[in-house]
Amino acid sequence: MTSAGSGLTVWQTCALSLLVFTGASQFALVGALAAGGNPLTAAAGAFFLGVRNAFYGLRLSQLLALPRAVRPFAAQWVIDETTAVSLAQRDRRGARIGFAVTGLSLYVLWNLTTLLGALGAEAIGDTDAWGLDAAGPAVFLALLAPMLKTTTERVAAGLAVLLGLGLLPVLPGGVPVLVAALAAPLALWAEGRREGRARGDAKEERR
Amino acid sequence: MNVWIAIGATAIGCYAVKLTGLLVPAGVLERPLVRRLAALLPVALLAALTAQQTFADGQTLVLDARAAGLAAAAVALILRAPFLLVVAAAVAVTAGVRAVGG
Repeated sequence: MTSAGSGLTVWQTCALSLLVFTGASQFALVGALAAGGNPLTAAAGAFFLGVRNAFYGLRLSQLLALPRAVRPFAAQWVIDETTAVSLAQRDRRGARIGFAVTGLSLYVLWNLTTLLGALGAEAIGDTDAWGLDAAGPAVFLALLAPMLKTTTERVAAGLAVLLGLGLLPVLPGGVPVLVAALAAPLALWAEGRREGRARGDAKEERR
Repeated sequence: MNVWIAIGATAIGCYAVKLTGLLVPAGVLERPLVRRLAALLPVALLAALTAQQTFADGQTLVLDARAAGLAAAAVALILRAPFLLVVAAAVAVTAGVRAVGG
């Protein structure tokens, strides 16, 4: 629905859900396109959001021990939810069933709601008047909030906001978000320094 | 047409990344630093995107009804409201502020 609200057709919206099937990346792509970003930088931003799925895949491949021939088919369902369900199971059989059931039901539901949402948005017309353009950032915020557990994550988020907004007027669309990704290594570096100092203090006290 | 290029590039990239995770031998991505970085990258990206979608109009920064909507979403999150309610709060408040003339 957010997608149709930002100028994509029903077909484009549905293709996105069928082919990409990673919520955060889809929203990111649509958001960047709506903000006037060029298609390749928009795709790059969406791609980086999808990178975490590689780390899920790594854990899942040990857990599920899928035959090589099945992996290319299973890959499309490697997302937050299927990983969470699979990791919660006690044995391999449970994990495999959990992965397949979660993957299939989410895939069907996600694409059905996308179609309904896209058709609905077309019927509604001017989505801005209904405040639907605020749905995108609200979804991001809801995804982001549970991730902000420690100082390091908060530092990374804060820095990224500053970089993203500060560079927006001066760099072409889509690029500020990529630069804002630098907040992650910067926050890690700051964490390293903090820990180094804490260790130094502890040594001082012992003396 | 441009939109289709973006959709195609994203679809291929996201699928490749998912498959890589399943095929890459363990150990390579097991290093703690790589792991921490991978966990932090989405945080930074989501934060920047949230801010931009709230305060950006094209390439200029603006303060409009969307900011009120996001604030409502933040309050809903602090009150531990379920996901859909958080989004609904943002949408409703934004529409409300616009209707009043914000």
